[in-house]
Amino acid sequence: MGTTASQLEKDLLSEYQELTFLTKQEILLAHKRFSELLSKEDRTLHNPRVPMVKIISLPELKSNPFKKRICHVFSTSDTKDGSLTFEDFLDLLSAFSDSATLEIKSHYAFRIFDFDDDGTLDSGDLEKLVNCLTGETDDTRLTPEEMRQLISNILEESDIDKDGTVNLSEFQHVISRSPDFVSSFKIVL
Amino acid sequence: MELDSVFYTDRSGIPSNLLLDQLPSYQSLLYRRKPAASGSTKRRSSSRTRSGSSNSVKFGQTTLVRQYEEKQRSPTLRRPIRELAKPMAEKRSDKLERLEQAKDLSGWSQWRQSTRRTLRRLREESAELLSNLQLWRGDIHVIEGMFGTGILSYFSFLRFLVLLNFVMFLLMFSFVILPIVVAPHASGNATYNYANGDWVVCSNYPSTTRRGLVLFQQHITDLLSGEGFLEQTYLFYGYYKVQAINFSQFTYNLPLAYLLVTIAYLFLSLIWIVKRSASGFKRNLVQDEDRFQSFCNKIFAGWDFCIVDENTARLKRSSLHYELKTDLEEERIKQKIAHRTQKEKCRIYMLRLILNGFVIAVLAACFYAIYVATNFSQSAQMTKVNFILDLINEYLPSIVITLANFVTPLMFSFIIQYEDYSPAFEIRFTLMRCVFMRLASICVLLVSLWGQITSCKESPCVCGYNHVLYPCWESRVGQEMYKLMIFDFIIIGAVTVFVEFPRKLIVNYCDCGLARWWGQQEFAIPNNVLEIVYGQTICWIGTFYCPLLPAICTIKYFIIFYIKKVSLVNNCRPATRPFRASSSNFFFLAVLLIGLALACIPVLLSVAQIQCSKACGPFVNYTTSWEVLPRAVDKLPAGARSFLLAISSEAFAVSFFVITFLAMFYVIALAGAHKRVIDQLREQLAMEGRDKRFLIQKLCQAQRTGAVRSQISGSRTHSSERDYRSNSGLFLVQPPPDSATQV
Repeated sequence: MGTTASQLEKDLLSEYQELTFLTKQEILLAHKRFSELLSKEDRTLHNPRVPMVKIISLPELKSNPFKKRICHVFSTSDTKDGSLTFEDFLDLLSAFSDSATLEIKSHYAFRIFDFDDDGTLDSGDLEKLVNCLTGETDDTRLTPEEMRQLISNILEESDIDKDGTVNLSEFQHVISRSPDFVSSFKIVL
Repeated sequence: MELDSVFYTDRSGIPSNLLLDQLPSYQSLLYRRKPAASGSTKRRSSSRTRSGSSNSVKFGQTTLVRQYEEKQRSPTLRRPIRELAKPMAEKRSDKLERLEQAKDLSGWSQWRQSTRRTLRRLREESAELLSNLQLWRGDIHVIEGMFGTGILSYFSFLRFLVLLNFVMFLLMFSFVILPIVVAPHASGNATYNYANGDWVVCSNYPSTTRRGLVLFQQHITDLLSGEGFLEQTYLFYGYYKVQAINFSQFTYNLPLAYLLVTIAYLFLSLIWIVKRSASGFKRNLVQDEDRFQSFCNKIFAGWDFCIVDENTARLKRSSLHYELKTDLEEERIKQKIAHRTQKEKCRIYMLRLILNGFVIAVLAACFYAIYVATNFSQSAQMTKVNFILDLINEYLPSIVITLANFVTPLMFSFIIQYEDYSPAFEIRFTLMRCVFMRLASICVLLVSLWGQITSCKESPCVCGYNHVLYPCWESRVGQEMYKLMIFDFIIIGAVTVFVEFPRKLIVNYCDCGLARWWGQQEFAIPNNVLEIVYGQTICWIGTFYCPLLPAICTIKYFIIFYIKKVSLVNNCRPATRPFRASSSNFFFLAVLLIGLALACIPVLLSVAQIQCSKACGPFVNYTTSWEVLPRAVDKLPAGARSFLLAISSEAFAVSFFVITFLAMFYVIALAGAHKRVIDQLREQLAMEGRDKRFLIQKLCQAQRTGAVRSQISGSRTHSSERDYRSNSGLFLVQPPPDSATQV
C-alpha cells in the first residue's frame, strides 16, 4: 500500500491540512484506509464514492450505534444514500479528531442525533437516541415509564425556551457545559 | 446583536411595525429602556451597512434570514476555514473566496497573513512530532478503544505519575547524587566539631555490612529490607555524609542543596498537580452549578465514539442502561427522602450514628494493630532468628497495612447499604472512608516510628533521639519507606497473577453456579487509583530519607502500567457502574493532593523539629536540618541577606496576605457578577422563546385570515420558521452582553 500514499499530491495534501484538523500522517492514513475500501474499477474514477455498507464495516465505526447517522450526515451524495467520497471521509475524521473545536463537534453531534433531519431534537429523536445508547433489544430498552421520565428530565435540563424541543443552540449550550463530550466525541483511525 | 437585528428592521424598512411592538420581549424592554449608549448606535450603523441589500426587502422572515447569514459570514472571515461546519467542497470555495479578498489587501497584510499561516503550520508539525514522542501513545490508544475514556483516565494518570517521579529523580540526581559521584574524595570528609563528650556517643555509627561468609539468603533479605550492604549506598540518607564538595573554583554546599531539593520536589509536585487539576476543577465547578445537567451529559455525551471493540460496545451499552436506570431510581429515592416522616428520619440518623461509631471503632482497631505491629517489628529487628521469620518481622507493618486496607473497604461497602444514602453518595462516601484509611495508616506508621525513635531509656535523650537503637534514624525511616514501596509493588503483582488470573480461569472454565455468581474481577478504578496514590505518598515521604526512591517509583509505575494493562485486557471486566472521565480526573488529583499534603507534614516536621542524626547524613553539624538555611543566608552578601530577611519578616507576610485577600475578594465579586449576568441572560432567553411562540401564533393567525398571504407563502413558512428558530437560539452560544440596551 506504499503507492497509495504518493497518489495524494503534495498540493492537495497541504490543502487538506489547511481545511481539516488532521495532521499529515492522519490524512495519509485516512487515504490508505479509504483506498482499501474502494473496489478495483472504482479506483480509476475521478471522485469515487464508497457505499455506506462498506464504510460502516470499518472497525472504528462497526460497533458504533450511530454509524448510519454519521454516514448520512457527512455524505454529500445527492441521492442521500450515505455514500462518502474521500473528502467527505476527511470531513468526518476532522470533526471527530482530537483538535476539532467544540463548536464543530457539537454541530455535527446535533445533526447526528437529529434522526428525522428536521433541525430540532424532539421527543421522538430523543427516544431513538436513548434506544441507540442502551441497545435496541427488548430487555435492554427502558420501560415506557422510565423513558417518559428520562425525556422529560432531559427537556427540563436543556430546553431553555420551553418549546418542547431542543434546537441547535440549546444543544450547543448544554454540550458546552458537558464535561465529557469533547473527550468522548472522537474517532481516531 | 441578533436582538438588534430583530428590532432594526422596523426602523429602516417600515417606519413602525405593530407586530414587532407587540412582542413580549419588546414590551418588557420598553420598561428597561436606557439612554442609548454610543457603542450601541455605532453597532447599529455598522449592521446597517453590512445588510445594505435588506433595505429593499420588505419586512418578513426573509430579512431576518438574510441578516442572519450576513452576520454569520462576517465573523467567519476571521476564523480559520477548517472551523466551519461545511463539506469540503464548500470549504474549498470559501478558501478561494478569501484568497480573492486577500488580493485587495496591501502587501504588508498579505505578508503577515502568509507568515502567520507558515508559523501555524510549523507549530502544528512540531506538536505532531512531540506527540509521537509521548510515552505509551499506542498503548493508551488501544486501551481507549477497548474500554472507553473512564479507564483511559486511570492510565493517563499513571503516565503522569511516571513523569512526575522521573522529574523528581532528575532533581535529586543532578543536585545531590551527581556532585558526590563526580567529586574527588567527597564521601566521608565531614569534619566534626564536638562541643562536649556526649556528642561522641551520638556520632558512633556501627557498620551494618555483614562480614565474613555471607549467605545467599541474606543478600535477598538485604535487598528486600534495605539493610546490610544496601544501607551504605547512595540509596539512603546516611551515605550522604558530606559537608561540602570542593571543586576547583567553588565549594558546593551539599547539605543546603539536599534541603533545597527536598523543598523543591514537594513544591514542584504541588504546582504540577494544581496546574493539572485546575481545568478539571473548573469543569467540576461549572457542572456543580447546575446539578440538573447530569441527564443531558449522560445522553448527549454518553457514547464513547472511540470504542472499537464490539464486546466493549455491548458492555458500554449495558452500563449506560444500568446507569440511566439507577439515576432515575435515584431521583425517585430523592423524592422519597424528601417525603420522609419525622420518625423515619430519627431512625435513620440513629442507625447512621451507630454505624459511623462502628466504622470509627474499626479504624481505631486497624490503627492500633499497625501501631503494635510497627513497635514489634522494630524491636524484633534487633534480634535475628532465621531467614523467613526475620523477613516477616521486617515486613510486619507492611503486611498489617495491606491486610487492613484489604478488609476495611469490603466492610465499608457492606455497611453502607444499611445507611440508606442515595446511590451516588454511597459510592463517594465509601471512597472517602477508604482514602482516609489508606493515608491514615501511613500516618500511624510514622507516628509509631517517631515514638520509637524519640524514646530513650534515660529521658531526656542525650542526642535528641534514641542513639543506641537508631544511630542513623533517617536511614531507618528510609528503609521503612523502601520496604513499604517494595511490598506494595509485590502485592500488586501477586494479586494480578495469583488472584485475578485464577479467578478468571475458574469463571471461564467452571460451569457451577457459584463461579457464575462470583464473576470476573471488576476493574474498579477508585481502588486502583487509591493504590497508586498510596504508593506516591510513600514516595514523597521517603524521598528525603531515601533519595533514590523516585527512581524506584518510576520503574515501579512503569511496570505497573503493563501489569494493569495485561490484567485489564485478560483478567478483568470494566465496572458495571462506570466512572466518568471528567469527574475521575478531578477526583484522582484531589486524592493525590491530599496525599501530598499528608506527605509534607512528616517531612517538614522532621526537617524542622527532630534533631538530625549526628552519625550520618549531610546534616551532622547541625541540630536540625533546617539550620542549614539560616547559616547559608548568613554567609550571603549583605544586600541579598537583607532582602531575604525582609521577605521573611512579619511585615512582608502581613502585607502579602492583605494583597492576596484583596485579590481573592475581587475574584469572588467577579464570580458573583458573572452569575447574575447568566441569570439575566437566561431570563432573556425564556423571553425570546415566548417571542417566538407569539410570532408563530401571529403568523398562523395571519395565514388563516389570509391578509398577508401575498408576502409569506404557506410553503415557505415552515422553512423560514426553522431558520428563525435557529436564529433566535444563537443567543445561547454567544450571548450579547449588552443587548438589553440595544433598543
